[in-house]
Amino acid sequence: MTTSDTPQTRLKKTRQHVKRFNHQVSAQYRKIDIKNEPRQRRFVIATLSLFIIWLLLVGTLSLSEIVVGLIVAAFTAWLSSEHLAILDHLKLNKMTPIHVLRYLGVFGVALLRANLDMARRVLSPRLPINPALVEVQTRLKSPLGQLILANSITLTPGTLTVDIIGDHLQVHWVDSTPGKDLKQATHAIAESFERHLQEFLE
Amino acid sequence: MIIIGNIFILIGTAFLCLGALGLVRMPDVYNRIQAGTKATTLGALSVLLGVAFHHPDWLPKILLIALFILLTSPVASSTIARAANRAGLRPFTIPTNVSEEK
Repeated sequence: MTTSDTPQTRLKKTRQHVKRFNHQVSAQYRKIDIKNEPRQRRFVIATLSLFIIWLLLVGTLSLSEIVVGLIVAAFTAWLSSEHLAILDHLKLNKMTPIHVLRYLGVFGVALLRANLDMARRVLSPRLPINPALVEVQTRLKSPLGQLILANSITLTPGTLTVDIIGDHLQVHWVDSTPGKDLKQATHAIAESFERHLQEFLE
Repeated sequence: MIIIGNIFILIGTAFLCLGALGLVRMPDVYNRIQAGTKATTLGALSVLLGVAFHHPDWLPKILLIALFILLTSPVASSTIARAANRAGLRPFTIPTNVSEEK
């Protein structure tokens, strides 16, 4: 900006600057596209989940808590969104909560059965076990899906995930009578969970 | 409410007790982990549910604790089992010839 500018032209230039700046900002906002931009998608998911955890932790719904929680959750999610690649494989749509709830139902029933089964085995004097290490193949590709599948297998009747190598899970099975080869073990251990997990995970 | 809570806590402690018994009775490390994990998870959840009946205003925090137990307990037992597997421990199997002799 030269010194020969009159105040009017200077004002005009400032206005142009402001206009250009506003245009850039709105262009930035238009770029937020949570379907195709992984970082923003992660940011939104992380913010929401952190906010829910915050609400559970404070246990009240007063305005100040909500505001502070939103700010803290958004800041934390913004700091960590670069490293949360694990969230990229969630499939989010309108049906997701229903699928998650259905999966939790299946999981809860399996957990109860696991405990009754274990109680029966521990209490019976003959100790009816027939343990073996078997391999299970999974169709879930994402790390998050495999993690949840492994956790579910660990908590369900008679099975314990030992290791994951590629798409093969090594599972320790207390009662391996249904069969020790890959196909039978996969069918007996993993398939029901997998079907439900595939609805909201890759 | 208090009585329902007490029943749930009683069930939970019973499962924890069974878990301890399983640790003693099972033949090898993998089976012990199995007994330990399942019994302690459901036992802890049941105790938490009982506490929730005693103090309904603690429910959100109890939900959070239950979530973390559900997430961490299987990961911990899987990790121990993985370490045992990498250390070269073979799982106990019932010797077939012995069972045929009987």
